[in-house]
Amino acid sequence: MIRLALKMLFGDRGKYLLLVSGLTFSTLLMTQFPSVFCGLMTWTYANMFNSRSHIWVMDPKAEQSLDSKPLRDTDVNRVRSVAGVAWAAPYFQGTLQARMPDGNFKLVTLVGLDATTLAGAPALLLQGSLDELRLPNTIITDEFGLDRFSEGQRNPDGSPRRIGIGDTIEINDREARIVGVAKTRRSFTGGPFVFTTYDRAVLYAPQQRKMLTFILAAGEPGLSDEEVCRRIAAETGLRALTEEEFRWSTIWWYVRNTGIPFAIGSIVLIGAIVGMLIAAQTFHAFVLENLRNFAALKAMGASNGRLTAMLAVQSLTTGLIGYGIGAGVASVVLRFFVRLGKVGVYTPWQLPVAVLGVILLISGFSALLGIIRVTRTEPAIVFR
Amino acid sequence: MPDPLPPSRPAITVRQLDKSFGEGDARIDVLKRVDFSACEGEMMFLVGPSGCGKTTLLSIIAGTLAGDAGEIDVLGQSLPRLTRAEVTAFRARYIGFVFQQFNLIPTLTVLENVAVPLLIQGAPMRTALARAQESLARVGIPEKVREHPGRLSGGQQQRVAIARALVHEPRVIICDEPTASLDRENGQRVMALLRDVARDPRRCVVVVTHDPRTYPFADRMSEMEDGRILRVLQTPAEIGAAHTEKL
Repeated sequence: MIRLALKMLFGDRGKYLLLVSGLTFSTLLMTQFPSVFCGLMTWTYANMFNSRSHIWVMDPKAEQSLDSKPLRDTDVNRVRSVAGVAWAAPYFQGTLQARMPDGNFKLVTLVGLDATTLAGAPALLLQGSLDELRLPNTIITDEFGLDRFSEGQRNPDGSPRRIGIGDTIEINDREARIVGVAKTRRSFTGGPFVFTTYDRAVLYAPQQRKMLTFILAAGEPGLSDEEVCRRIAAETGLRALTEEEFRWSTIWWYVRNTGIPFAIGSIVLIGAIVGMLIAAQTFHAFVLENLRNFAALKAMGASNGRLTAMLAVQSLTTGLIGYGIGAGVASVVLRFFVRLGKVGVYTPWQLPVAVLGVILLISGFSALLGIIRVTRTEPAIVFR
Repeated sequence: MPDPLPPSRPAITVRQLDKSFGEGDARIDVLKRVDFSACEGEMMFLVGPSGCGKTTLLSIIAGTLAGDAGEIDVLGQSLPRLTRAEVTAFRARYIGFVFQQFNLIPTLTVLENVAVPLLIQGAPMRTALARAQESLARVGIPEKVREHPGRLSGGQQQRVAIARALVHEPRVIICDEPTASLDRENGQRVMALLRDVARDPRRCVVVVTHDPRTYPFADRMSEMEDGRILRVLQTPAEIGAAHTEKL
């Protein structure tokens, strides 16, 4: 009977395609937009991803990774003096305008690292050498930076010019020579990352009384990061978070303080509602159209349980097919976005599982409407 | 006029059956103390004007509708004493149906449609299809197995429906206006086929019909009017007279 149920479903091509299309569209919306949202959220903690420090120390009022509430330079030594801290290094972060060779300005996220240890430097260097960062007026940027800096640049013969290692830009009227290209995660603010030493970064940045954004630290072997953070906070009065705590603190700040989750959530909700309406409406129409057939099956001795199983199989099959196609299309579209590099995309494994759950709920709801209708139908209607 | 078969054991016995629909002022008494019987090996017709209660009586005999009061015995089984699930299982095993609108599932092939009653009983697909093939051969359209019902004529569709009604060898076949959607020639063919089916001494065929041209195929005929059995025509002569009168 299950095979016949599927043949009944697939045989009604119009409704079957409409059902699958609705669920595909729903899956696409519910997968794609949260993936973009998650991608955007990963951009909010890009500095943590790039710098890979286990412990981040900040002003007690700082809440998220782009929150600039500077510390005193001496706070680095206070952290170093805490029992259990293996090392601590200064970390500057700021958004500045960089002047290109053609006089144009581009926004950059400037990161200043401890000159001695270069703690917090990106893990993967695509070109150049990290050591050259110790030479005067040198910076390392990322691939996105080269793309951005090259926009509008021309050779003397008018051909497009690609900015690369050895080229010089200006930050706050100071020369900055590119000596390396790193692989980084994009910044939420949209500017490419520019890495230099801490001492040089505070020269590039407009002067303020306090310049230190964060302190990167690590604990002694055998001590948990949480324990070290607790000790730092207790002894210095500063806020110390593990990378994971800081990441979630940042994400929640954006969730609470920006309209992004609401906007994305609205689209996801619309996707779910549209999917549910199309699926429920179409499946209901399918059931109504086949009501006499179901009544005939009942008259011939098919039990309500068997008809329920048939309807459930029909509905869940369309749900799974719609989900499969939708997830496939979403995967293609998201890959395209990733290649474009303009949008952050991250699909945690929980997302497709959750979408599958919603699609199965929608399918179950549609099936339930049909089941109620069919089980309440008297088989005697076939004689009318 | 076919030779009458000697009546054997009663397959269906209905006594003092009442059925009404609605309540209060809207209540309509559709069946009023109806007595009815049909025997194994006979083709029993149930005739009467529209709204007289034929279809309601047929539905109750088939176990697709419950009566309000009275006895309904089918093949020695009292239907009112069975649970809903037991009635459903009883229908699946012992009753075959031929509907006015055929009620073939358009997206299934002819062979699959015919196999449905066996599949409902849990038969394996392979077995069900093999027996469906035999049943289609029996009604004279073995070559249409791969077709979909929509591609067949009305007469062929009704033959498929009869093949479906026979495939699980039911003891009672319920036919609701089996010729209503057919022209005269196809109607006569279908009735001849049902008549052959009813020659099985262990089988009872009950036919509800409006069509007087089919009367000659009846072994006995119950006439209904206003929710009551008016008379039962027992002999070919009586049935022939009713046939002439209606025509």
